[in-house]
Amino acid sequence: MTSPEERRDARYDVPLDVPGPGAEPARRNGHRRVTAPSARPAAPVEPDTSADEPGTPAGSAAPGPAAHRPTAEKTVAKKTVAKKTVAKKAVAKKAVAEPAPVSDAPAGDTPPGPAVADRPGDHWDRKVAQGLAFLRRRLAGDYEVDEFGFDPDLTDAVVHPLVRLLYRDWFRTEVSGIEHVPAEGAGLVVGNHSGTVALDALILSTALHDRHPARRYLRLLGADLVFRMPVVSEIARKTGGTVACNPDAERLLGNGELVGVFPEGFKGVGKLYSDRYKLQRFGRGGFVSAALRTGTPIVPVAIVGGEEIYPMLADIKPLARLLKLPYFPVTPTFPWLGPLGMVPLPSKWLIEFCPPIPTAHLRDSADDPLVVFNLADQVRETIQQTLHKLLERRPDPFGP
Amino acid sequence: MTPGDTSGAPGVVVVTGVGRWLGAHVAARLAADPRIERVIGVDPAPPNPELADLLTDVERVRLDLDSLGGLLADLDVDAVVHLALVTSPDPQQGGRSAMKEQNVIGTMQMLAAAQRAPRLRKLVVRSSTAAYGVSFRDPAVFTEETEPREVPRGGFGRDILDIEGYVRGFRRRRPDVTATVLRFAPFIGYAADTTLTRYFSQPVVPTVFGRDPRLQFVHFDDALEVLHRSVAEDHPGTYNVAGPGVLSLSQAIRRAGRVAVPVLEPGLAGVAAIARSLGFGRYGLDQVDLFVHGRVVDTSRLEREFGFTPRSTAAAFEDFIRAHHGGVVVTRDQLAAAERLVLESIRQVRSTVRERS
Repeated sequence: MTSPEERRDARYDVPLDVPGPGAEPARRNGHRRVTAPSARPAAPVEPDTSADEPGTPAGSAAPGPAAHRPTAEKTVAKKTVAKKTVAKKAVAKKAVAEPAPVSDAPAGDTPPGPAVADRPGDHWDRKVAQGLAFLRRRLAGDYEVDEFGFDPDLTDAVVHPLVRLLYRDWFRTEVSGIEHVPAEGAGLVVGNHSGTVALDALILSTALHDRHPARRYLRLLGADLVFRMPVVSEIARKTGGTVACNPDAERLLGNGELVGVFPEGFKGVGKLYSDRYKLQRFGRGGFVSAALRTGTPIVPVAIVGGEEIYPMLADIKPLARLLKLPYFPVTPTFPWLGPLGMVPLPSKWLIEFCPPIPTAHLRDSADDPLVVFNLADQVRETIQQTLHKLLERRPDPFGP
Repeated sequence: MTPGDTSGAPGVVVVTGVGRWLGAHVAARLAADPRIERVIGVDPAPPNPELADLLTDVERVRLDLDSLGGLLADLDVDAVVHLALVTSPDPQQGGRSAMKEQNVIGTMQMLAAAQRAPRLRKLVVRSSTAAYGVSFRDPAVFTEETEPREVPRGGFGRDILDIEGYVRGFRRRRPDVTATVLRFAPFIGYAADTTLTRYFSQPVVPTVFGRDPRLQFVHFDDALEVLHRSVAEDHPGTYNVAGPGVLSLSQAIRRAGRVAVPVLEPGLAGVAAIARSLGFGRYGLDQVDLFVHGRVVDTSRLEREFGFTPRSTAAAFEDFIRAHHGGVVVTRDQLAAAERLVLESIRQVRSTVRERS
């Protein structure tokens, strides 16, 4: 009786339990595609939005006969409100029609027994109360902003859920090597930039926050053009970004933050589709000297998938100069389809974090151009090779 | 303590700008300090009647800054505290040209007089965090070493850059004088009356569309404490004086219970000019730039050298809100009540629906 919607939703997630002997082997990046077995008697599933953040254990598994209890199944509620109410009604009806075997339900955070019928309602109560409390906090100004303008309250409640929809459901992102990102202390995450519109930065920071056991925030460094634009600059600062300059990078690293940087800059974002996955020049290597000065390990990260979201076929340079932009893109959909051309193509994304490169022993060489360039080259090579490796794993850019 | 002693509190102190709020309070505070023998207040204009009570222990001299030289020599002055700065043009007192005259020419005259004063050993100059200028490439947090990347558009910011330039020249010529430059964040507090406090006291507050600048304030009492310590103790160098922590403008407006009205940036300077000419507020390019870029400074040097931490920006702002609750549009209690009401009504509707089904 599982509705098709729910089945579709239960596709991608990290297995939380050990899969049974007959289970499909996990893919090597730790993700597996979980198909809801249709032969199994349908179990009422609770749309628990605590699963909105992948990685957190769902509030409770679906109560069902023990022999058929799904090992790795977990519902991921990501539906619109309308869909959720449908699911809620379905659950309520199911619960009324057939009393669920309560004894089998694992002791979760929701009480078992007759509370089953009330569960969806309670859940929504909690949701609404949380939403209202958030609204009240925002309207009263009861939240904290750090000296860079980072607003964790807003980032957690609004920005991450939106980007989560994009990276998890639209781009079907697979993340690997998350264990290479330090759990505490400073770290400099260096990635390849792509995609005409720099969505990869947002996706990297949200995916890192969701998948990392310590739930770390990635503090992105952006070009000054980002901070020139109204609205964009506001969002950039509130989500933890700041201007890419050495004082800010060193201050963040000195505070023990995880800093994300894309040394290619606009050269990477604004390259043509024919140049996809070819790393551009890394500038002066300012990011390396910031890491050296603070003794911070550098974590290279390769991002595959960003190049296909807005394949840039041409760059109208005079128009770009007129609008004071670094490039003016022409993609198969933009500017022909107008606002519809802003919808990114649903490419398949793979993100791999590489082993960190320690720099603590090179602290005194922060001003030595030879050391800086060598280290920048090492980072660049690592990213480029990982990109090739990931591309082999993903033969079809728009595959599943 | 004898006048002319080489360490500790000075004997004779001259305070400029005692006709203004800050100058009067600093002079009164120094006069109350038993370590300081004489406090002489200098101002070309008679002080505000409200401030006159403060200045009972202060010897007042009505004097232009260009004739300060004679006074410094005659009275064997040990320290000069220069506070005679105008932060925004006042149309009633000559507007921008008078402001520049006062800020830049006045400081030059004061420094010329100080350079010739043989017994002078301490100079404290009020500056502002506007000294960092505004640019989109600025780092998020300014330390005292940060150089301004672009000259600010606003008159006050430009004056501050000039003033600091002249003080640097003075330091070179008189290395024996302990020169302290204090870069203050905007003042705020229960009693402070500045362009910014008037801005936040309005019920409807204009902001720049798409920008949410990070702001820092310093509580007026903490500013007095820092000025007092820099006269009574020796702290050569330049210091940022601000409350630790940051408020974003939207957050500050919400905490004050006001309503923000975003205005598009291109027309804002013009709107501000029209408002100024009509007599509403005195917002200039200084304020517009602040509301686009924001300004946050690092105060660790102040905390280290002065052994004093000003109360946080949020606490200073809280103190201001308590004193200016007149124009509040939305209060925290109203919001909490609304939240309860909505939750209650949802529960009621749900329970009735459930009973029926």
